[in-house]
Amino acid sequence: MMMSQLLLGLVNGSFYAMLSLGLAVIFGLLNVINFSHGALYMMGAFLAWMGMAYLGLSYWVMLVLSPFIVGVLGVVIEKTMLRWLYKLDHLYGLLLTFGITLLIEGVFRSFYGVSGQPVDTPELLQGATDLGFMVMPNYRAWVVVASLLVCLVTWFVIEKTKLGAYLRAGTENPKLVEAFGINVPLMVTLTYGFGVALAAFAGVLAAPIIQVTPLMGSNLIIVVFAVVVIGGMGSIMGSILTGLGLGVIEGLTKVFYPEFSSTVVFLVMVIVLLLRPAGLFGKEK
Amino acid sequence: MNKKVGYAIALLLALAAPFVGYPVFLMKLLCFSLFACAFNLLIGYTGLLSFGHAAFFGAAGYFTGNAIKNWGLPFELALLAGVAAGAFIGLVMGALAIRRQGIYFSMITLALAQMVYFGGLRFGDFTGGEDGLQGVPRGKLLGVVDLSSDLTLYYVVLAIFVFGFALIMRTVHSPFGQVLKAIKENEPRAISLGYDVDRFKLMAFVLSAALTGLAGATKTMVLGFETLTDVHWSMSGLVILMTLVGGMGTMVGPIIGAVIIIALENKLGDFGTFMALQTGIEWFNTLGEAVSMVTGLIFVACVLLFRRGIVGEILAYFGRRKPA
Repeated sequence: MMMSQLLLGLVNGSFYAMLSLGLAVIFGLLNVINFSHGALYMMGAFLAWMGMAYLGLSYWVMLVLSPFIVGVLGVVIEKTMLRWLYKLDHLYGLLLTFGITLLIEGVFRSFYGVSGQPVDTPELLQGATDLGFMVMPNYRAWVVVASLLVCLVTWFVIEKTKLGAYLRAGTENPKLVEAFGINVPLMVTLTYGFGVALAAFAGVLAAPIIQVTPLMGSNLIIVVFAVVVIGGMGSIMGSILTGLGLGVIEGLTKVFYPEFSSTVVFLVMVIVLLLRPAGLFGKEK
Repeated sequence: MNKKVGYAIALLLALAAPFVGYPVFLMKLLCFSLFACAFNLLIGYTGLLSFGHAAFFGAAGYFTGNAIKNWGLPFELALLAGVAAGAFIGLVMGALAIRRQGIYFSMITLALAQMVYFGGLRFGDFTGGEDGLQGVPRGKLLGVVDLSSDLTLYYVVLAIFVFGFALIMRTVHSPFGQVLKAIKENEPRAISLGYDVDRFKLMAFVLSAALTGLAGATKTMVLGFETLTDVHWSMSGLVILMTLVGGMGTMVGPIIGAVIIIALENKLGDFGTFMALQTGIEWFNTLGEAVSMVTGLIFVACVLLFRRGIVGEILAYFGRRKPA
């Protein structure tokens, strides 16, 4: 019981980690808090379901295709809309992406209502493995491993490679980086595309575990916002660790005090705000 | 002088309105207008974007509903209970949220409001859970005037609205309001001038929350029920949209925005049915349920094309024509 809830917490935690990581990367370069992250996560899951139900494509194809489509959509959003807001107050970015969220959710609701669509677990990952101290469903293990891998690769690329160095420099001083001959606007566009593709990837991973509904994203994004407030958006590793940690805390709460599990992340946020207002890994600008 | 004439005409129109329109709908418009005006006090005059105003609006509704239905309090005290609930939650939320700046502030208010929402789900005895709090009686004003007549209640609600609006106007034009504007324009400078910025922000937040509570309490009284819709984050989004459409930082903008958005919500279903009949496309029938699609579209259009809102654009147009 305890171990399985812990695993479940870890699964949720890896979703939090992937989403808050995407938010942090986008915020770093674009100065926009991407409210539509939740809606694009939902879209990733929905596209996976649609591809499998309508076109008969396999889970593995959709795991690549769905983030790609959402990433392209992200590029379009950035090119046509977000681009015009960079010089304005941050709040307009939040408002615009909030509007996009309502729009995307509304479109899916108008076609599919609010009922859930089931997505089958791929054959390869069905069943469970007996580890002796607990029985572990294979798919859940896969989710944790896959998302951790994606998070770590992202961290590596940003912190340890040349491309990442450009990105970090762009976060610090975009004008200077542009003067060195780097195409910053292109970098910004691709970053946004990558960030939302990450959200869609999380969505596809989540699809077989939870029912795919048009509303699955907005409930999650609010929790992820709390995670971001707790962790601060200054550090990539910080986002990953905070996400995982809060997932585990949530899982443990389900064991000891189930009624509390939906609010525990918010409570942690309150405590962090009281004790360390800048967030665990944050530095106040 | 011009403005005073304008307000007088508007008041006369409001007095005559229930003889033309449907009183309950008009009262709903007044409640949401007050809600949007209270919200505008923060975003338009203090520069704080709260994403949690649904918490005050809904919680006030629940407290007022319970006060009058289950605790047997008279009309006035029940309203006050709602206002107090809004103000108290505002005090707690504000005190936490102003510890962070800018975009974090918005995220914190959103997360805390979500806690209130979960609270509403959890304490079903108090809120009626998914069914909501039903059958809230209207009671009697000062123990004598029966409010079960829509027309009587309309004038009471109008008086409440005028009181709230006047209070906001007074606040904005007071020295206190000037400090708020200074904080909005340039916070470091306000600090360097010796103002305790956090205290001013908190006071503005609590005032806005209390007035939002008044709006929520009145709305429950008018409609006779209160549901989780009012505490949901989409309600916080809706009030932002009303203010944005009408014009942030303008006095009458939020009222116009509220009227447009509420009318749209009410009529969109009819419009969809009409379109489905005309074009034969079944999908239009779903328009009523998927209001969020249309509100989202308006959001995007507003942010990209006319950020100043309707009233703001009009003011800017006249401002250009005769430079002061």
